[in-house]
Formats: sequence, C-alpha cells, structure tokens
Amino acid sequence: MTIRTHSFSALAALSLSAGAALAAGGDGAVTDYEFSFEGPFGTFDRMQLQRGLQVYTEVCSACHGLQYVPFRTLSDEGGPALPEDQVRAYAAGFRVEDPETGEMREAGPNDHFPPSGLENAPDLSLMAKARAGFEGPYGLGLNQLFRGMGGPEYIASLLTHYTGEQTTQGGTPYYENETFGGPIAMAPPLSDGQVEYADGTEATQEQMALDVAAFLMWTAEPHMMERRAAGFTGVIFLIVLAALLYLTNKRIWAPVKKRAKEG
Amino acid sequence: MSGIPHDHYEPSSAGAKWLHRRLPIVALIYDTIMIPTPKNLNWMWIWGIVLFFCLVLQIVTGIVLAMHYTPQVDMAFASIEHIMRNVNGGDMLRYLHMNGASLFFAAVYIHIFRGLYYGSYKEPREVTWIIGMLIYLLMMATAFMGYVLPWGQMSFWGATVITGLFGAIPGIGEALQTWLLGGPAVNNATLNRFFSLHYLLPFVILGLSILHVWAFHTTGNNNPTGVEVRRTSKQEAEKDTLPFWPYFVMKDLFALAVILVVFWAIVGFMPNYLGHPDNYIEANPLVTPSHIVPEWYFLPFYAILRAFTGDVWVVIAANWISFGIIDAKFFGVLAMFGAILVMALAPWLDTSGVRSGRYRPQFKWWFALLVIDFMVLMWAGAMPAEGIYTTIALIGSGYWFLYFLVILPLLGVIEKPAPRPETIEADFEARVKKGAGSGGNGPSPEHVPAE
Repeated sequence: MTIRTHSFSALAALSLSAGAALAAGGDGAVTDYEFSFEGPFGTFDRMQLQRGLQVYTEVCSACHGLQYVPFRTLSDEGGPALPEDQVRAYAAGFRVEDPETGEMREAGPNDHFPPSGLENAPDLSLMAKARAGFEGPYGLGLNQLFRGMGGPEYIASLLTHYTGEQTTQGGTPYYENETFGGPIAMAPPLSDGQVEYADGTEATQEQMALDVAAFLMWTAEPHMMERRAAGFTGVIFLIVLAALLYLTNKRIWAPVKKRAKEG
Repeated sequence: MSGIPHDHYEPSSAGAKWLHRRLPIVALIYDTIMIPTPKNLNWMWIWGIVLFFCLVLQIVTGIVLAMHYTPQVDMAFASIEHIMRNVNGGDMLRYLHMNGASLFFAAVYIHIFRGLYYGSYKEPREVTWIIGMLIYLLMMATAFMGYVLPWGQMSFWGATVITGLFGAIPGIGEALQTWLLGGPAVNNATLNRFFSLHYLLPFVILGLSILHVWAFHTTGNNNPTGVEVRRTSKQEAEKDTLPFWPYFVMKDLFALAVILVVFWAIVGFMPNYLGHPDNYIEANPLVTPSHIVPEWYFLPFYAILRAFTGDVWVVIAANWISFGIIDAKFFGVLAMFGAILVMALAPWLDTSGVRSGRYRPQFKWWFALLVIDFMVLMWAGAMPAEGIYTTIALIGSGYWFLYFLVILPLLGVIEKPAPRPETIEADFEARVKKGAGSGGNGPSPEHVPAE
C-alpha cells in the first residue's frame, strides 16, 4: 500500500465550490490511502466491507447512527453481501422505534439502522460524501479531479491522526487531531487489536480505519458499482452512436462540399 | 417563415388536405424543420440543440424525481436519500438531474458568448436576444430554487444568503424578503413555494424557448460571417443556405452525442465533482458552514455581488450621492443584476455596423479578454471574500461593465473593420477549399470595402 501524505494547511483558505473541505475540518493532513473502489473500474472489496461493518458495530455504533441505511441492503450484491439469515440475525441485535406504534422493538431487515445515540455524534450514513479530503491547488479543483473527492481518505485519516494531546474546554475533554485541524470531541476510537476479525486480518489501527472508511463509502453510495457499470455502458454506447452520426453527417455533407470545391 | 424564399409544404393526400384546411400543423412543423439555414454555420452553432436536450432532460428526470420527493423540512433530506437508495434507478435519475443543471449552464454560457462574438444580438435579432436573456434569468431562478430542495446545509444557507439580497433593497427590502420566504427566515413555507416554482418555471422556459426559436426563424439565423442570406430570389437563397433537416439536424446530433459522452462519464464516474460536500449534511439553522459558496454557474455573478465592499470609491460615491440610501450591500445587488442588464442591452450598446467579431480586429481582443474575465470572476467567486481576492473580483467586475458600457460603444466608432465576404456562399466555398475547420480569416474571393 502506497501512502502519500499531503498537508493542505497552506492551501486551506483556497477552496473551490467543487469539494471544499469544510466546517468539520480541512486544514489538516489527509493521507491519500488507496482503496479498492478508486478509479473508474474499482470495486468494493466485499471482505473489507464486512470488516468495516464489524468495526462500525463494535466501535462506532456506540455513539454514531446510520439512519438512512436499511439493514436489508447489507445483503445487496456489490455491498457487504451478507446472507439474508445473517442480516436478520444482525438486525435483531439493534432496537429501533416502530414507525407505527412508536414503541421500541427489535429491528428487522426492513428497518433502518438507528440514528446517533449522542447528540454531538453526527450520523455516518453520508459521511464519506459530506467530507472532502482533497482540494485545490489554488481553487482549481484539479486534486479532486485526479484523486477523487477524498471522503473515505478523510475518514481514515481522521481516525489515525490523533496527536495524543488533550485539552479541556468547559469541562469537556478534547483531543488534538491533525486531520481535523484542531481539537475534536471524539476520543481516539481505535487502537491496535481492538476488534478480532473473523477472516484473520490483523486488526491494526490503520487497518480498522481503512475498513470502516471503505464501509462508510458504501453506506454513502450503495449503488456505486451499478452506477459505474451504467456509466461504462453508456459511454461505450454513446461513442458508437457518435461515430455513426459522424459518418452519417460526413456523407450527407459530402455532395455539398464537393460542389463547393468545384464551384 | 424566415423571409428567405424557400419551398413550402403542400398537402398531397386527401387526408393531409383535410387536416391542412382545419389545422395547418404539418405545414408549421415542415416549415420549422426545413428552415433555410446558412451553409457556413460552424461548430459554435450546435449549442441550441444541446440546450433543448438539457431542458427536456431536466423536465423528464425532474418529473420522476418529484414523484418520490417530499417538500417538507423534516422529510426532504430523507426523501432524497430514499430516492438515492430505494427508488429503482433513483441515484442515476438524481445524478442526471444534478449534473444536467451543470451541462445546461455550461451550454448556455457558450451559447451566450457565441452570440456576443458573432454579433447575433444585433439588428434584426434583438428580440431573440432579449428572450434569450429572460430564459437565462429564469434558468438561474429555477436552478437556485432546485438547489434548495435537497435541504442540505448549502441549500439552506445558500437560500438564506440569496434571499437576503432582496432584503438589501432600501425601504421595502425586509418586507419583500419576508414575503418571498413566507416567514422571517428560510422555513417550511420557503421550501414548499420553491418546490412549486421549481416545477413551474421550466415550463415557462419551454414556452420562451419556443418564442426564441420563432423569433430567429423570423429573422433567419445569424452565421459566422454575419453577412445576411440573399433574399432576392429562391435560387440565390439556395446558394447561401441548406434546409435544417437533414444537414444541420445530423451535424447537431453528432455534436450532442460527443458532448453526452463527457456528460455521461461525469454522471457515471464522478457525479459529485461539481457539487459541494456540505450538501450531504442535513440543513441546520443553528450551524453556519464556514464558507458559503453557490454552484459554479453562479460564481461569476456572485463575485460581482461581493466585489463592491464599503471601501470602494464608487460605492462611497453612490452612498454619498444617494444620501446613504445605497449602501455597499445594495450596491452589490445592483451591480450583480446590472451585470446581466448591460449584457441584455448589448444590441443597443454595440455601435458597430459589422456583426461578426471575425472581421473586427480590435473587438476580438477585447472579447477574448471578456471571456478570460468571466473565468477569473468564476474563480474569484469561489474564493473567500478577503484580501487579494476582493481586489481581483473588483477588477474583474470593472472590466465586465467597461466592456459593455464603454468598449462596445466606442469600438464601433474607432475600429476599422476587415473586409467581409460578399455572400455566405463565397465564404463557404473559400472555407471548403481551404480545408474545413481552420478558424482564421479565410481570404474571401471578392473583397468588399470596409465601412
């Protein structure tokens, strides 16, 4: 895995509409991690999404919700693709409010993940699209063009770039974070060996951060693979169409141009 | 219709004659499709078709999106996520609609600058130009209100900032803003009326687009030489023109297909590139984003809005002359709308008798500078309103007004235009012989004396 670290503090003030890093951060260091779903032909790594789900469940879900994500989508092709009985068993581990009776009950596959339990813990459903890791240079938007918007990179960097310093503001502890570019209320959530992966992958802090970032990219954009497939088919189709129209157009105009040359 | 002599529709079968006596709709379609079009149109004349495609795309995708969207502050954001996750093909529909707006504006800007370069706004096409400017204004209104609908942070705060512009009008401003919003701040009533208007205005645009086409079908198309089609006889007219179908339909469709390759690639592979990450955070009236930026297509005019701060001498002068009625905020609003107004007045500000910029040696450079100025303003609009950026935006805004209010009127008097080809046919033949596509001033076989 190649890791390139870019500090954007000098350029932080310069941001174009196309993906400026925002309120929640942006002056910090974002590491350009490589993900399997990058590039036009990248795909989600199913095992990584399952590991990310595990990290979310065992660590993040204590405070953060995923209120826009229905449990049933965990079995979707191109996603974590859990078998349906596992999804049912997984959902049963959560308690949600019944939309009709308003009472708390065990969640089923058609329910959504519960919302955040802590008021200052943002919902994570769309986090990978609501943050941008890359911007510039000089507000031209080229970094986003070549590297992507950098949402998952931002998340993975945030989870691994704690400096270890701690400050107290109004009686609440804050933790210095390089990616956030200042003190953040969330304590460093991940430490080596915090979860035990079923597939035997070693649960280093960075590995867990990458896995959960990949999982959150999926929760933000569950149809990414289908969309890219449609994009690819459409582009091929349109190129063929354009070629045929070019030939048609050339042929229609040929006699007119011939006359003009002779005339 | 265009005053250019050409064949008209004659109903042949009994059924066609029957219909023609009662409703000559086939004749109308025939005359529209077969309009004599200058042979020498270049690739800058394809944007009309692209724009029509955009309008249809936006209406079709928009109608389907409206079937699944809920215009209510507590449910709007979630209903967008419902579209993105649960509606069949919903994510594609929404991304097409989102990026369709960008394609629409990219095309309209190129279309407008084409008109400015080739003098398409000049006599007798002023009405076409004015209708076009109205369409552009309505497009901006529609796009702005559409951007509010997902109810993200940028939706909410963008709406707050832009409706605040009306609040800057002295005296009636505050009342007007409250009336527009349906309350003291952006709220559920605002979202509801914006949804209603966002649905309505595209159909007004469609109606105006038909008038736009009707107007230039009455005067005939402009063309890269700006020389009129000969109308004295059908033979001569036919030497200068070709029917729209199939010659230009095929050419335009080819261009559209090429543009759609790029468009589809953006939708498929980087649909959020032109958007703002903050709009994936639900609107929160208590948290202001650190940096409120409109979508890219508003940036040049946003830069003009912000350029005129209280320490600029024209603002101070205006404030003094108006006894304090015009403050910096109101001046900015006037400048922004004024920037569009001076563009709409171009037919009367441009004093040159030569239509096409191709034959105006000095105009070319000022025009190129205007295009660069537009880009710089777009960039400055995305930057924070502080330090050097405000100065750049101010210089850029100054040049925008200078171009329309000083340069266009003066150039017509002092510039010595280059010789123009006598006919469109001559230009077309010269260009075909030279090899199609070369952009420069083709030597025309017969020179006409400069005016």
